[in-house]
Amino acid sequence: MSDVKKFMFVNRKAPHGTIYALESLEVVLITAAFDQDVSLVFLDDGVYQLKKGQQTKGIEVKNFSTTYRALDGYDIEKLYVEKESMDARGLTEDDLLVDVTVLTSKEMGALMGEQDVVLSF
Amino acid sequence: MLHIINKSALTNGSLDTCLRTAESGEILLIEDAVYAATKGSALEAKVREAMGRLKINVLMPDLEARGLADRVIEGISPVDYGGFVDLVAGNKNCQSWL
Repeated sequence: MSDVKKFMFVNRKAPHGTIYALESLEVVLITAAFDQDVSLVFLDDGVYQLKKGQQTKGIEVKNFSTTYRALDGYDIEKLYVEKESMDARGLTEDDLLVDVTVLTSKEMGALMGEQDVVLSF
Repeated sequence: MLHIINKSALTNGSLDTCLRTAESGEILLIEDAVYAATKGSALEAKVREAMGRLKINVLMPDLEARGLADRVIEGISPVDYGGFVDLVAGNKNCQSWL
């Protein structure tokens, strides 16, 4: 079992309105337990998952956004955000609750091509 | 008439179609549709243009949950759950766009 594969999780949905963002995070944490090479990608509305200052008390759901900050404790440090997606939403790196690497669409596509497994949420 | 939208306008066409067809009345943005009420997005110009003929409301608990309560476009009315009920009761009819 020494084979380490490159896993990429592609997150394209806004948080809270659907269950995708939370479910992705659950699978990411499971994958981390198997010592794989994990990358997280945030595209389209997925970039909203990382927005600072989420306060979910009013809609009575779990605020899982804090979990993104705990990912480095599971050796998940490769977080990528597409610049074009951030720009279209008026967001900058300062709006995000974790340190990320900002990539262009082309760079994102190249990174995707290097993976062994790509899981889409 | 009240139009209730609950999908992100950057990934779903509901708001677009609503704005294209509705001549007057009110819109209430809830759930993932609240992103359309924020400044700086690619949709801002389109939303501002629609505000000339439609009154646009946004459900604040949903914006707070998404960390964007401080970025509402000027002129959009913030409402709470009580305001949601008042909008439904105060309009002759309503459509929940899915």
